[in-house]
Amino acid sequence: MAQVSSIADEQAPNPLSASKSVLLRISRFNPEFDESNKFMEFSVPYQKWTTVLEAILDVKKHFDHSVAVRYSCRQATCGSCGMLINGKPRLACFTKISELDSDVVTVEPMNNFPVIRDLAVKFERLFDTHQKIKPYLIRDDTELESDQREFLQSPQELENFIQFANCIKCGLCNSACPTMTTDSSFVGPQALAQAYRYVADSRDKGKDTRLDIIDESHGIWRCHFAGSCSQVCPKGVDPAMGIQFLRGYLLGFRS
Amino acid sequence: MTQDENKEGVKGMVNPGRYGIERIAYLLMRLTGLGLLGYFIAHIYETSNILRGRMGWDDFLAMTQTTEGHIFLVLVIGMCVFHTGNGIRIMMGHGGVGVGKPARPDYPYDPASQNYRHKIGIYSSIVLAAVAMMYGMAVMFGE
Repeated sequence: MAQVSSIADEQAPNPLSASKSVLLRISRFNPEFDESNKFMEFSVPYQKWTTVLEAILDVKKHFDHSVAVRYSCRQATCGSCGMLINGKPRLACFTKISELDSDVVTVEPMNNFPVIRDLAVKFERLFDTHQKIKPYLIRDDTELESDQREFLQSPQELENFIQFANCIKCGLCNSACPTMTTDSSFVGPQALAQAYRYVADSRDKGKDTRLDIIDESHGIWRCHFAGSCSQVCPKGVDPAMGIQFLRGYLLGFRS
Repeated sequence: MTQDENKEGVKGMVNPGRYGIERIAYLLMRLTGLGLLGYFIAHIYETSNILRGRMGWDDFLAMTQTTEGHIFLVLVIGMCVFHTGNGIRIMMGHGGVGVGKPARPDYPYDPASQNYRHKIGIYSSIVLAAVAMMYGMAVMFGE
């Protein structure tokens, strides 16, 4: 769809008095009615601090309120607004238009996730695989029964896994993964990184259980260390590192 | 685009430009692996020609002495060297060797697993493959 609409023209006078504008191309797709996606184009004014999410919300507010987008915190914490921005998975709230260095910004739904509508995708499978690796401490006793009231941990023991605890389940890593582009059963970098997060936790006793879960044909062995998951992670989790450490346990390099 | 999948498929693998040299190495590893598999099958077929006697064997071997045969062998040399060099890098990475240490991430969150050692490994594999191909060409086309 070659419809170009200008918010700057619609709004006069513009309170932001923006000096620049960008062409925002939004993928529109409703699986109930559409065979394929189409792009709608809008000319959106922006400042150097304007994020892609703010530009999309501008479009919703001033021109087409039917654009479907999921968002919440606007500060890269809730992991809701993941999408393809100029072909690469990113958080819309964490991506400034000025840093894209392009006059055209194309937003599409994340790959490897079923599309609900437009930019909103289903997360059921990500949550299922996350749940599959038992994302909680596994041990016989509990903090409530312990005399110490809490499980003590040294700062160094914390460093071993705190990086992987930063995961916000935004799904960008699964969207960037080259294995997930063809393998619908692959457990995915998000779940594997979270498996390592708990395996590396000194309070956890469920290492063998988790290694058994991921040691399957569509489990950890389908990762080929392309590293794209780590490159797109907005929180610095580095799933590729965790996956290789996990594989080190299975191959006997680590104990 | 369908409601169930929204997967890029093979197109997602062969469009590595978005993710840097590591994704290009991933694609080259797939391509050279498939190329070497094809060569392996062709090699078994080729060596089976010995059952046709010496003349049959010499006839088939003469195919590798043509310009096209030399170019094919140069490509095999390049695929073999890159696949070996990059394979060693990946095998070490798969064991957790050289992928960095977990630490509190700081913005801009450069992933430690994609460190300079791996980049050097990738570039070295590409350069070694190029040098081996040039040497192969010098030997085969030199006379």
